Formats: sequence, structure tokens, C-alpha cells
Amino acid sequence: MIWNQPRECMSRDEMTHLQTARLKDLVQRVYHNVPFYRTKMQGLGIEPADIQELGDIVKLPFTTKQDLRDNYPFGLFAVPKSEIVRVHASSGTTGKSTVVGYTRKDIDTFSEVVARALASAGATKEDFVQVAYGYGLFTGGLGIHYGAEKLGAAVIPVSGGNTEKQIQLLQDFGSTVLACTPSYAAYLSEALEDAGIDPASLPLRIGVFGAEPWTQAMRQKIEEGLKITAFDIYGLSEIIGPGVSISCEYQDGLHIQEDHFIPEIINPETLEQMGDGVTGELVFTTITKEGLPLLRYRTRDLSSLNHAPCQCGRTNVRMAKIFGRSDDMLIIRGVNVFPSSVESILLDIPEAKPHYQLIVDRKGTLDTLEVQVEIDDRFFSDEVVALEKIHQKIKHKLESVLGISVILRLVEHNTIARSEGKAKRVIDRRSL
Amino acid sequence: MIIKQLSVFLQNESGRLVNVTEILHQADINISALSIAETQEYGILRMIVSDVEKAAKTLRDADYTVKITDVICIETPDIPGALSNALKALADARIDVSYMYGYSSDGKARLVIKTSNPAEASNLLG
Repeated sequence: MIWNQPRECMSRDEMTHLQTARLKDLVQRVYHNVPFYRTKMQGLGIEPADIQELGDIVKLPFTTKQDLRDNYPFGLFAVPKSEIVRVHASSGTTGKSTVVGYTRKDIDTFSEVVARALASAGATKEDFVQVAYGYGLFTGGLGIHYGAEKLGAAVIPVSGGNTEKQIQLLQDFGSTVLACTPSYAAYLSEALEDAGIDPASLPLRIGVFGAEPWTQAMRQKIEEGLKITAFDIYGLSEIIGPGVSISCEYQDGLHIQEDHFIPEIINPETLEQMGDGVTGELVFTTITKEGLPLLRYRTRDLSSLNHAPCQCGRTNVRMAKIFGRSDDMLIIRGVNVFPSSVESILLDIPEAKPHYQLIVDRKGTLDTLEVQVEIDDRFFSDEVVALEKIHQKIKHKLESVLGISVILRLVEHNTIARSEGKAKRVIDRRSL
Repeated sequence: MIIKQLSVFLQNESGRLVNVTEILHQADINISALSIAETQEYGILRMIVSDVEKAAKTLRDADYTVKITDVICIETPDIPGALSNALKALADARIDVSYMYGYSSDGKARLVIKTSNPAEASNLLG
């Protein structure tokens, strides 16, 4: 179902017209209300009047996560604090957290884009939505919550974790939609299996998963494990939270809510804007945000854009499923390694579970990559020869795809932490 | 005779073996024979226990990866040549031995043998 036909299906001319008007307004607002942007624009020798058409966006300065940290906590807010009705913040595992503020209108926009996302996944007011994203400073829980309420669905605000409770609610309340991270969805499907519950016996039919990159193979695995259709929801707190884009029933990219967020793909090295189909860093300009409007925010997420019309009827641009993060990319002995490719390799090997951890270390001058994989119960053997065969098979497959040698370590079941928020896949012990 | 052997996957980390034996102790399970196959990174603990199903369930509940396999258990006199006779019978019948462990006392030797064909091996060796 399409929640907002006029906004999601407008012609490219109409969209360009709308985006241009909103961009011009945005530039006026940040120039006059955010000293950081005024200084940056003046440094580049541009004024708001220099932005006349959509293509002029390339004249505008970029914004990075570091800029948000440097202006911690509220330095980039564009409205008086009295206009702010809610604050969220990132977990801030590295350095200070990034803080985002919403006006009443921003919360309405947030709810609107999440309602569009849920509708795109096939949810309606008849549905019971179990929100298993964490509630709190993280945007996931409350974001989906407000969007589901706007849709008219019943919200079950269970928040993250407490797997037994999640399963009990799936059974007793008959939740039809599950929203959480994909790694938690995978964990939940294992927990169901362990508890001897047939997923087909549950009314659950739709999964809306996001907040971490996941592969198509992982999607299929979750769909089979939970007997549902899974949708990819993308977002980040700096832009608004989940709902910036969502996959549709054709599962060929994620539709971006372009009337609120202008996407660009840039080459992360040269910062040049790239055309359709080219993989690069995803950049967003938030053209309707009031509390924390951002110019050309560099997400570090790698994707590509596709303006071709979609069979679902939506005309807004699609972004490819996130391929990885430019700052998650590991360079090991000069080779680029993405944790997401390890995941897709493991999903192709029945003997391994898709839970893994990468440990990068430096022995002397040589970088080492250790991949820890849990062995699947069904393939455990009492004979060393059989286990060594599995060990070799996984190691060989990883090495041939990644192009570097790996230390493979088979580990006991449940020793790799299942995430209830974002999965911690990589431990880099190199001190450079 | 054919008996059930319990195998447990162990990471090569201190304390893992103690943990397994403690869990079995608490479940009141007796271990009558055991061997460990080890590699650099992990070990496979193989045991003959008093209640194999209960032991397997208890360890699974504690997140261990376990497996129950058929092995044969034979008793031979504790004299030179007894083992070689038993193994020759298996070799003549083209039954492969993957591994074995055993002990002798009171003039008898008892052996646990993993073979490629437990039923036939058990028939041959009684």
C-alpha cells in the first residue's frame, strides 16, 4: 500500500520543483540561524542567493559526524531550545555522542516517513506492531512507535531484549509485524527453534528490520526462519531516524522519502557527485527539518542511486541496499575487507551459523584477520577429521572471496554475543 | 556391544573441561570412560556416561554443542595379542577404526572403538 500517493508518486518535474523550493528555504534558515553554517558558507564565498536550482547543491558545504561532535550538544540546532520537543542521541561508542533535536513539526515528519515505510512493507491499521528496537536515546524504538500509531496500527512497545518475553508476546498477542535489528531477528528465529515453536504457527507476517547493514542472503534466512516477508528500513538519527528509506514489495532497492531528504552519492575521496548506478558514499540534505537541519550530511554508508521508475508505482528514487560503511571497511594487508561480505559467505555455508566476529590484529608488521564462527549443531562431529574438513571448507571459501589469508576459529555455540541493538562484528586490535 | 557415546565440542580455553564435568556432576551423571581429541584451537571430548540422553540435554541447555554416536565396547583378556586379534577381525571385515580408547585392570581390558560399521563390528567382536 502507498501511504501518501501525492508525495510518493509525483513526477520528476514536480519533485525537482518541490525540492528546489525547500532547499532554498533551508539554506536561508541555516545561514541565518546556525553560526556554524554561516561561517562555513562565508568561507566558501557563497550566500543563500547563490542557491537557485537543485544542481547548486554541490556548492554547499558538507557536514560530518565530527561537526556534530564539535558542536556538542546543541550547537547546530536551528531553533530556540523552547521549540525543541524531543532529543535523541547516538550511542557514541567512539568519542562523544551525537545529539539530535526535533521540533513538533519534525516529530510529525518522522511519524509520516515511518508510516510510509510501514505501509510500504504492507502493514495497515489492522496490524499489531511489536517494536523490539530499544526505546530511549536511540531513535529506533520511539521512531517506529510514532509511525505505527500514525498508521493506526496497535503498537506493542516491548523494546529490545528479553527474548522470552518477545516470544511470549508473539504468541499471546499475535503480533503481525516485528520491528528490530536484523541480527536480533535472526537470533529470535533461533530462539523459536530452540523452544520448539513452529514459526508458521504464529500470526507474524511482516518484518521491518534496520539500523545495521545486512545482506540479501541474511534476509532470506530470516524470512525462512520466521516465515515472514522482511523489509529493509534505513535511517540514521542525524537525518531523522528510521524511515529515511524503505524497500517495497519488489525488493529492488529502498525508496527514499525525497520530499524531505535530498540524497546524493559522492566519491568519498574526491567528494565529487556521482551519477546513478555508481557506488559511493550516501549524503543527505534534510530540506524540511527544523530542529537540526543538515546540509549534505556524509553518512559514511556506501550505496548507489537509481532513478528508474519502480513497478510498485512509487517514483521516488531508490538507493541500493547498504553495501557497507566507508569507515567500517577494513584495510588488511592492503586489501579492502567489508564485514558484510563475510556474512554473505557464511550464509552460503550450511555448516556455519551467520554469527561471526572479526578480530584484526597486528603480529610484528603483519596484519592478521581472525574470523570466529560458531559451528552449527547439526554438523558437529566426534571425529577430528570431519571437523577439520569443515574448518578447511569455511577457511577456503573465506580466503577465496576475501583475497587474503584468514585464521579461522570454530567457537562454541552462543559464545558470540547476539546483539539486541547493533551487532559488534569487528574488533580491531591494531594500534597504528 | 553397541553403546552410546557423548561428544562435546570444547574451545581450547582454560576451564572449559572443568565446566563440563561440573555440569555432569550436578546432574548426577557418572562418567565411566573418556578421551579428548585435541587440535590447536578446539577439542572434542568423548565420554561414556551413565545417562547419555540426560547428559546431552543438560549440556545442550548450557549451550554446549554435543552429539550422540554409536560406538562399540568390547572386553578382551589382558594378555599380549588380544587387541591385535580384535583389530584383525575388523580389518578382515573391512571395517575402519576412527579412534579408540580403553584401559585394563583385573586381567580384563575394555575398549571403546569408533568404527565405520558399529553393528557389524559388534557382531564380530561380541
